[in-house]
Formats: sequence, C-alpha cells, structure tokens
Amino acid sequence: MSQLLRSYTTVVWVVLVLLTGFSWWLGHSSASIQYSKGPQLATVFMFLVALFKVRLVGLNFMELKHAPLPLRLLFELWGAGVCIAIVCLYWFNAA
Amino acid sequence: MNARVIEAKPVSTRHIPGELGLWIFVLGDMLVFGLFFSVFVFYRAQNPELFMQSQATLNSNYGALNTIFLLTSSWLVVLGINAARKNLNGLAFKLLLLAMLCGAGFISVKVIEYSEKIHAGIGLTTNDFYMFYFILTGLHFFHVLIGMVALAVLCVIARRGISKPSDLAILEGGASYWHMVDVLWIVLFPLLYLMK
Repeated sequence: MSQLLRSYTTVVWVVLVLLTGFSWWLGHSSASIQYSKGPQLATVFMFLVALFKVRLVGLNFMELKHAPLPLRLLFELWGAGVCIAIVCLYWFNAA
Repeated sequence: MNARVIEAKPVSTRHIPGELGLWIFVLGDMLVFGLFFSVFVFYRAQNPELFMQSQATLNSNYGALNTIFLLTSSWLVVLGINAARKNLNGLAFKLLLLAMLCGAGFISVKVIEYSEKIHAGIGLTTNDFYMFYFILTGLHFFHVLIGMVALAVLCVIARRGISKPSDLAILEGGASYWHMVDVLWIVLFPLLYLMK
C-alpha cells in the first residue's frame, strides 16, 4: 500500500487538490482586485488552471501519456478547444 | 495466467486504456459537454448581471468540496487499477470501494445543494442561469450515477482478480469513464461557481 501511495500519481493528486484550492480562492478574491480588468483576468487564469488540471487528469490518470498519439491528440484538442472557446467568448464579450 | 496478462502489456508500448469503442463514446460525450460550455458562456455574455447575481446565490464551497471528492476518487481508482495489475486483489477492491465512497460523497453534496435550491423556490425555469445550472449539473449527475455502477462492476472484477485480458480492458475502460466524469467537473466548477 505504502509503495502504491509513494507514486507520481499521488503527487499529481496533491497538485490537483492545491490548484482547486487556488481556483476557489481566486474566485472569492478576484472581485476585490483594484485593477479594472482584474476580475476578467482572474477568470481567464481560472480557465487556464482548469485546462492544466484537465491535462494532468488526462495524461496521468487516464493514462493518455502512454496511449496512441491520435487518441492523446484528440484529448489535447478537446481541452485546448474548450479553453479557447470559453476564454474568447468571455473576453471579447466582457471587453 | 495472471502474470501472463500483466506481462502482455509492456509499459513502453503505446496502449489504449480499455476498448476503442468506449473512447469514441467518451470523446463524443466530452464534445457535447464542450459545446454546452461554450453555449453557456455565450448566453452569459448576453446578460452578465443576471448570471452574476444568480451565481452569487450558489455555495462555491459545495463546488470545491465536490471537486475534491471527484479528484480523490479518480486518484483512488488509479491506485486500485495499479493494485489489480499487480494482482493485489484485496487492496484493489478496498481502493475502488473507497473511490465509490468519494462518489457517494459527491452525490450527497449535490442532493443537499439541489434540495436547498428547490426549498428556496429556485428551479429550472427561474432564469437562464438556473436553466443552465440544472441542465449542466443534472447531465453531469447522471454521468456520476452511471460511473458509480461502473465502479461497482470494477470492484467485483478487482476482488475476483484479473483472469483474462477482457477483465483488464473492463477495468481500464471503467476507470477512463470515471476520469472523464472528473474532467467534466473540473471545467464545470469554475464555469458555474467561480467566473466573474
């Protein structure tokens, strides 16, 4: 059991949990940022963090790191596509 | 037999986790959710004040807690599958059972959240934000329920042990589906609870 726990997967899980806490904090504190575009920039950053988390789960937990390249590519395209679509639709309408 | 099954998958070889058919379903499902996410942001931009006011009535602590539940569940599933590959059947079973407990935690929090909203008189037709909130989280909730059934099947296989290649494919496929549920929630959390 301890050998299983002392694995790279556990490090990935800790990073994912810490990033979730960071996103939660960013969501709560972004309204108080003095810079006029602060909340918008914080929102964009939240989705970049979400994309990073999606990739961590996909590559490590879903084992796509060792999957055939087309399968990994489709997953990466989904993550990038969703992130770009959300950020662009948000930013250009909020600006 | 067990050893041969494990040896049949060298780490260096590129390998599809589970069956290709399952991945077509998983990627198709993710594509549909991706379109929903984009439509939500588009509609939000048409009426940002309403969406912000409605979002402020959500408890982001519930969203964060549910993210932790799913991330922990996914991590336990990975550990469980690795244990099953090493023929540590008892340990694999316990880890997958713990993963199911985390899934039950997610379901409990979601039920509490839904009941709070319904008691406050908030429903699908309250406004556009809540229509999206209930549809997106409802669809995701349905995926969680299917995932729980999949995890139960994985528990049975893990307890029995991997005796043929199709057992390993089912374990990996079920795990991939559960991780997809996690991936979708990772995007839903900032989308519904956090964005400003």
